[in-house]
Amino acid sequence: MTEPWWISLIKSFVVINLVMVAFAYTTLLERKLLGRMQLRYGPNRAGPYGLLQPIADLIKLIRKEAFYPTNALDLPYILAPVVSMFTALAAFSVIPFGAGWHIWRYPVTGQIVNVPIGLILIFALGSIGIYGFIVGGWASESKYSLLGSMRTCAQLVSYEVSLALSVLGVVLMAGSLSLVDIVHGQHGWFFHWYFIPQFVGLACFFFGGIAETSRAPFDLPEADTELVAGYHTEYSGMRWGLFQTAEYINMITLSALMVTLFFGGWHGPWAPLGPLWFLLKLFLVVSTFIWLKATLPRLRYDQLMRFGWKVLLPVATINAVVTAALVVAL
Amino acid sequence: MPQPFETFKGFGVTFRHIFQKPITQEYPEYKRPVYPRFRGRHRLWRHENGLEKCVGCSLCAAACPADCIRVVAAENTSENRVSAGERYARIYEINLSRCIFCGYCELACPFDAITLGNEFELSEYSRDDQIYTKDMLLAEPIKKVPVADPDLYDTPIPYYRTYS
Repeated sequence: MTEPWWISLIKSFVVINLVMVAFAYTTLLERKLLGRMQLRYGPNRAGPYGLLQPIADLIKLIRKEAFYPTNALDLPYILAPVVSMFTALAAFSVIPFGAGWHIWRYPVTGQIVNVPIGLILIFALGSIGIYGFIVGGWASESKYSLLGSMRTCAQLVSYEVSLALSVLGVVLMAGSLSLVDIVHGQHGWFFHWYFIPQFVGLACFFFGGIAETSRAPFDLPEADTELVAGYHTEYSGMRWGLFQTAEYINMITLSALMVTLFFGGWHGPWAPLGPLWFLLKLFLVVSTFIWLKATLPRLRYDQLMRFGWKVLLPVATINAVVTAALVVAL
Repeated sequence: MPQPFETFKGFGVTFRHIFQKPITQEYPEYKRPVYPRFRGRHRLWRHENGLEKCVGCSLCAAACPADCIRVVAAENTSENRVSAGERYARIYEINLSRCIFCGYCELACPFDAITLGNEFELSEYSRDDQIYTKDMLLAEPIKKVPVADPDLYDTPIPYYRTYS
């Protein structure tokens, strides 16, 4: 018996809100953790331990004037952050976060939708999300925004290739593009998880993922310290906030994807806690992203491109080819 | 030249720092003592007999590079004796939103009537509140600023700070 449509609706409502809360507290976690790694406290004024800081940020952003350049093209300018935000949220819908339950007499699956090509859907949505960044910079009618969006576009397109190639190994091993099947393929304790046979794929996915979500050390789209902000130079207030939200949710989704593909999804070492294991792994992966940001300096643009095309892409390709050969041979 | 091992050392450093106590001095709760010669908000001074030291000569206003001091002098009379000299400052205003805290006023003053104190918390909600009148400058400062022990520093306190 499949679950009725209204359960999916409730589930998507709950998950969207959870992802938004997760986003809000990821920003807090990032600022706190970065602070502690630099021997400072991070935000600790709003509420106990600064726990209300994301809410204060939200109120500040909403109340702020949404500055609007006179020459901007209305529709794309307003639509761009919305598109980025929408695709970022939509991508999370195929991530399985639990085994599925029976609540009263209704079956509830552990993901919002089980799409047979879930992995491709995530990458497709990610590619559409890039349009938000490009169009946003272009519609601002500012040369800095335009240059910034070109920079972003070049980076994201370059690394998307390696990112998609790096998961090919996992897909070949699981024999499915459905994330639910991939998680089922990793049933058991960690020696069944794909990060051991696919460590090369994991490394490629990790680096490609950092670049794809434009986080340090690949945060050239923004590069606060040396360049004008990039594609969102002309954005302020909650429109800028939507871009930022999209960026963070992309990071969360990518971390969730990494957990799903390489670290056994909601499978845990013991206790069938499902979503809790998933959250714990997600937290660890996100923390690793932040740790990386605190440690590594930003790459130069030519280094970024060289790394993407001359290192990451060949390694990901070889990994996919070798995995394919081994899957056929064994 | 990529140095992977050095990079991993860096990861160790950032990770270790999580467990160390931050070195942040949290400002409103902890106020770091200012140096003894720190130049903060101005004070006007009186003689011990209660007369104002300022004689309204406007040398401070002339020395001020930011043009933030306004002095209007008036004659002392036997009924209304305000200062020790012939004249006194009927109006003495400092616009602290213009002041650059250079201290030229206290160098220019022939009677050490004006000195720069140690207060630095001068934020107001209105620009008008930044204009300090003579009464405000003569009064004891409301906020107390912790001042570091002068013995810790080998530069002598200038005479116009120690004297009276």
